[in-house]
Amino acid sequence: MAQATIEPAAIELIGINKSFGAVRANRDINLEIARGTIHGIVGENGAGKSTLMSILYGFYQADSGEIRVGGKPASIKTPNDAIALGIGMVHQHFMLVDNFTVLENIILGAESDALLKRSIAKARSELDRLEREYGLEVEPDAIIEELPVGLQQRVEILKALYRGAEILILDEPTGVLTPAEADHLFRILRQLKDQGKTVVLITHKLREIMAITDTVSVMRQGTMVATRETAKTTVEELAELMVGRRVLLRVEKGEAEAGGVKLAVKNLTVRDSRGVTMVDDISFDIRAGEIVGIAGVAGNGQSELLEAISGIRHAVSGSVMLDGKPIDLTGKADPGELRDRGLAHVPEDRHHVGLVLAFEENENSILGYHDDPRYLKGPFLNVDAIMADARDKIEKYDIRPGNPRLKTANFSGGNQQKIVLAREIEQDPGVLIVGQPTRGVDVGAIEFIHKRLIAMRDQGKAVLVVSVELDEIRSLSDRILVMFAGRIVGERGPEATEGELGLLMAGVEQEAAA
Amino acid sequence: MSTPYAKLPAWADYGLIPLINLSVAFIVAGFVVLLVGENPFRAAVILVEGAFGKGTGIAFTLFYATTFIFTGLSVAVAAHCGLFNIGTEGQAYIAGLGIAIVCLSFDSTLPWWLTFPLAIVASALVGALWALIPAYLQAKRGSHIVITTIMFNFIAASIMVYLLVGPLKPAGSQAPQTRNFLAGAELPKLNWIIELFGAKIRSAPLNICFLLALAMAFLVWLLIWRTRLGYEMRTYGHSPKAARYAGISETRIIITAMMISGALAGMMALNPVMGDQHNVAIDFVSGAGFVGIAVALMGRLHPVGIVLAAILFGMLYQGGAELAFEMPAISRDMIVIIQGLVILFAGALEHMFRPYIQALFASFSPRSVGMEAVKGKGA
Repeated sequence: MAQATIEPAAIELIGINKSFGAVRANRDINLEIARGTIHGIVGENGAGKSTLMSILYGFYQADSGEIRVGGKPASIKTPNDAIALGIGMVHQHFMLVDNFTVLENIILGAESDALLKRSIAKARSELDRLEREYGLEVEPDAIIEELPVGLQQRVEILKALYRGAEILILDEPTGVLTPAEADHLFRILRQLKDQGKTVVLITHKLREIMAITDTVSVMRQGTMVATRETAKTTVEELAELMVGRRVLLRVEKGEAEAGGVKLAVKNLTVRDSRGVTMVDDISFDIRAGEIVGIAGVAGNGQSELLEAISGIRHAVSGSVMLDGKPIDLTGKADPGELRDRGLAHVPEDRHHVGLVLAFEENENSILGYHDDPRYLKGPFLNVDAIMADARDKIEKYDIRPGNPRLKTANFSGGNQQKIVLAREIEQDPGVLIVGQPTRGVDVGAIEFIHKRLIAMRDQGKAVLVVSVELDEIRSLSDRILVMFAGRIVGERGPEATEGELGLLMAGVEQEAAA
Repeated sequence: MSTPYAKLPAWADYGLIPLINLSVAFIVAGFVVLLVGENPFRAAVILVEGAFGKGTGIAFTLFYATTFIFTGLSVAVAAHCGLFNIGTEGQAYIAGLGIAIVCLSFDSTLPWWLTFPLAIVASALVGALWALIPAYLQAKRGSHIVITTIMFNFIAASIMVYLLVGPLKPAGSQAPQTRNFLAGAELPKLNWIIELFGAKIRSAPLNICFLLALAMAFLVWLLIWRTRLGYEMRTYGHSPKAARYAGISETRIIITAMMISGALAGMMALNPVMGDQHNVAIDFVSGAGFVGIAVALMGRLHPVGIVLAAILFGMLYQGGAELAFEMPAISRDMIVIIQGLVILFAGALEHMFRPYIQALFASFSPRSVGMEAVKGKGA
């Protein structure tokens, strides 16, 4: 088909298959990415995006199929092969040594000389050139851990370019960025494209796909279901292709009928384990029948706030009233006591906090409520009652696969989150606090979770949602609080624009006022 | 993201893989035997016959196994709570003190069936108290339990040496041990059970502690998988953060788990002290606490696995003694090497062959390697 005059595609994948045991993570994937374009790959979790990119980058090898880079068949067995072919990857979780400088990180693994000094000198001039060429300014001698995440990501990109990448793969690059930082990243990507580089963007944020890509491919359950020119498609179409059915991107909800104050936080201050003040003198109320959303870039104290209110972390000072009665958060409040008083918590980190992944599903369905006499017979667990209860929740929340004896680690992210939500909501708490309700959750389950949270609200419960996904905050919340550097820097209604919230999240107004 | 290592069916996980590990250990050991100029096949025959060939051998094997069941269970209980109790050795050793006090006080007045329950309580209590101090230091001060329990092994050893060459030694005796117990502190033998099957036993120390060990194995299973306390211990063991979230007190769970572990370690002392030697002598534990670590690992921390692994190590002890006797070129140290290889392959290198087995299973019957994670997507 390819004619001699047409430039060969940057990457061509032909009939890629990859199975892990019985699971076919990739089936007969065909993909062609033209040189000098930005190509998006979207799909739910577990659709096979990461597997496909890992095959391209040499972490896995395909069971069958062919990879062509620049028109030539390529054998990619290790990441080093990929790098030699000019493929670079920016991982979702940065692969940087925190206490090394930018320069040291960039040459790591690509040292040109046995003596570090000469490598660094050589790298410095090369880095200088790259920075100028692509507008990627980073101080070469800065220590990584002292840089904001946006700059750390820039170092990852520079690392790939330093190794001669012509094709750059970015895995969920905007998860940790503010809207402004994300915009800056997109400018950089466009510039890379203008210089003739090819960019592959893996994401689940459809708006980003629309904003920046030239073409987009959709994966579902291991297959490539469609490739579209971005200009000729819509968010709705892409979402439908991803899930295989129509989805509501924005949950419908009525007006809030807020009642009395359920949870009142006053002058709360929390420090992290290093003694750094993460929550700085915060006060707010949540009333019955409303959802309060806390927006902010990750790491601005939201996690510590959640931990303090739920009794996991001790606060330094301040007071919290639950149903008009004080909770001693600075002293010996513990999560069990708060649960008894009707405060349920869906933690941000379901893998290490909200669930024990090694447990069977039914064991996790009582975590935190294992003291409840319903689940006990004297000192013994009432296995029959626990199993019946787990089956009941599996049915109500459509948790799949519906086997309460299955190890929790074997459930997908969305189903794991449903296990946690089912456990907390079914206890009928008066106050529900939720951290990152849909992190790592597929589109179909997001809709389900949002509906459940709104149903809680409509039953007159007080719901606090903390999320780094602005879309989520805006579509769920009746009131939005924005956190920056441990403080609440603004309160807005749900009609607030993204730009307005983005400025608050970046602390711009804060600085202007100071 | 999907992992390339899929799950295996239970029988392969708990049967096939340990068997392969064990076989490799024996093959390597066979080469060592070959190196010292003996026939490895004949050595293997002597080892197995020595352990299971005659009634006496079986009784000795089970006697050793009894000791290892206790220490293996002790290590496993702590491990389920995420704690590495390396102090089983010292907890068992110092528990000998509790047994000595009970036995020396009552052996002339009470029958064995009254002394025995008292001694069980005393050994468990002393073992638990000895584990309490490191547990407290871990829970309250963050002192690492591996370090403190190792140090407590040395402290226990020093205290016992002092007591056995001093206060507990009968006047005029030259041996560093207590006086021999009277009939009131001698446990009944179980050799008759083996004799029921027609085997002849000359004299072997297998005693009622074996049944106690099996009962404890059952109770540990009940504790870990069927009680609220066990649930809390496992939660903490898998994820301290999840335990904190679930409102489980870190201090309480560490201390409770370690005291149960120490109590089981302490009960181990009943077997050699009341069942065999009828006195408390220096170094009567002789490394059984450390073997317990290997037994617990090899038994995958499950009581059934621990009983089987304990019998295997009992076999190595008993058969190894026979082997050293029959083949002079194979010294006692050679037996330690063989045991070391078993620990190496079954414990430390437990997962060495797993990927290959999994690949094999996947190629034969993809369905058997069930990975349901990616199926059944969200609503």
